[in-house]
Amino acid sequence: MIPYNKKVLEHFRHPHNFGKMKNPDAVGKAGNLVCGDVMYLYLKIGKNKKNEEIIKDVKFETLGCAAAIATSSVITDLIKNKKIEDVFDFKSSEIIKELGGLPPQKIHCSLLATEALKEAIYDYFKKKKRKIPEKLQKEHERILKQKEILEKKYRKNE
Amino acid sequence: MRRKKIYLDFAATTPVDPRVLRAMMPYFSQKFGNSASLHSLGQEAKIKLEECREKIAKMISAEIPEIIFTSSATESNNLALKGIAFANREKGRHILISEIEHESVLKTAEWLKGEGFEVEKIKVDSYGLVDLDDLKKKIRRETILVSVIFVNNEIGTKQEIEKIGKICKERGVIFHTDAVQAFGKVLIDVKKMQVDLLSASSHKVYGPKGAAFLYCRKGIKITPLLHGGGQEFALRSSTVNLPAIVGFATAAEICHKEMKRETERVEKLRNFFVQQILSQIKGSHLNGHPEKRIPHIVNFWFEGIEGESLVLRLDMEGICISTGSACSSFSLEPSHVLLALGLKPWQAHGSLRFSLGRKTQKEDLIFTIECLKKIVEDLRKISPFKLKK
Repeated sequence: MIPYNKKVLEHFRHPHNFGKMKNPDAVGKAGNLVCGDVMYLYLKIGKNKKNEEIIKDVKFETLGCAAAIATSSVITDLIKNKKIEDVFDFKSSEIIKELGGLPPQKIHCSLLATEALKEAIYDYFKKKKRKIPEKLQKEHERILKQKEILEKKYRKNE
Repeated sequence: MRRKKIYLDFAATTPVDPRVLRAMMPYFSQKFGNSASLHSLGQEAKIKLEECREKIAKMISAEIPEIIFTSSATESNNLALKGIAFANREKGRHILISEIEHESVLKTAEWLKGEGFEVEKIKVDSYGLVDLDDLKKKIRRETILVSVIFVNNEIGTKQEIEKIGKICKERGVIFHTDAVQAFGKVLIDVKKMQVDLLSASSHKVYGPKGAAFLYCRKGIKITPLLHGGGQEFALRSSTVNLPAIVGFATAAEICHKEMKRETERVEKLRNFFVQQILSQIKGSHLNGHPEKRIPHIVNFWFEGIEGESLVLRLDMEGICISTGSACSSFSLEPSHVLLALGLKPWQAHGSLRFSLGRKTQKEDLIFTIECLKKIVEDLRKISPFKLKK
């Protein structure tokens, strides 16, 4: 069995903010059925007192291993009520730090959560017809490309 | 939290039977002699070693000198593949293995590729049965070895070994079978089945870890992997691990004596378990052959679920099981066995193996089904993929 720490197991067993959101402002989908990990991240965007856009509510749905579920749960805690511009460049290392570490072979699972977040913000900007920052556009393209490579690898079993 | 653990991973390993442990005890500190020594202590060990060899040989209808003791089934499989390949390379360099071999055959065959051998895989059907026509088609003049797993460790499908043996015999090809999950569970007759080499392991049959054997038919040319003092007919040099071998032979003997009764008991439990899971848990499917299977291994896939999550959640309830093969837990790749059956990668990721054993009781299975039902429901609530109504 892969050795997870207590905090990871706690999030895995009792994840926070899971389930489908009704009428979300944005949805980010990451991962791939082929590798067994898929995450949907739902965002509701609101405004704070300074009239800045913040993530007012967040929910997730994840099919995946314990690390995928725990990182999904933890990212919802970390980004809630944060300004969009502050979570824009959210690093997976922050998730790992918050969880108190992940087994080495599971580090990549934390990317699922950050990718879903980036995809959700991309989705929000697109819906709002805003200009998409170059960095986000590049990330979006990279995520799509990676998906394609994986799907090709297992095409014979499709 | 339940205090008692429910162990449903007997295909991974088994606890040592207390009768086995008792039989082993004198060979650690009292009768500790080296079977290669000339003095009486050594000779006492030698006599015991040969007694164990005879016991095992009889169980599979082999001749006594056809049993080579090794340290693990992985070693036996390595010796079989590499040993046959190197001893017969003048005849040819073509090796056939099935698509659903254990890693110890698969990786050894892959390594042989780098040594100038050609390895091809024999197809299996959606139940995991070797396609005999594909086998016939792929055997050529240069084929020196066919290796097919007797009972697959992940799905429990049992091959028609006699038919494969016959095909190989008719074509003059050496036939090896990895019988780790079959030995001690089904009757094996290497003569009738026309098997030339067969691997089996102690710790799967309530014996200790660290003992295994390779049966190698008289007259088959094989090169040793380990050179040295010339133990095991010069095919496996190393001081003989007598306590483990005594344990192995005792454990195997008990399995043989109790085989009929235990098979019937486990089969009944297994049927109950399969029927309950399929009827109580929506979106659950049985992997492997519905009939041609070993009683103790069952494998399911659950829609909308990932296997590791399920294993961990069951472990929190004190239930020990595997997803795919225990060895795959660290590779993160979907199981090659399940993919070979034609399962889609996400179906393979959602697959679980339950393996029953001597200690399994009906109430353990009832509790497991209850937990499983609840956990599958919980995980599906988290999952973006809901069951179609």
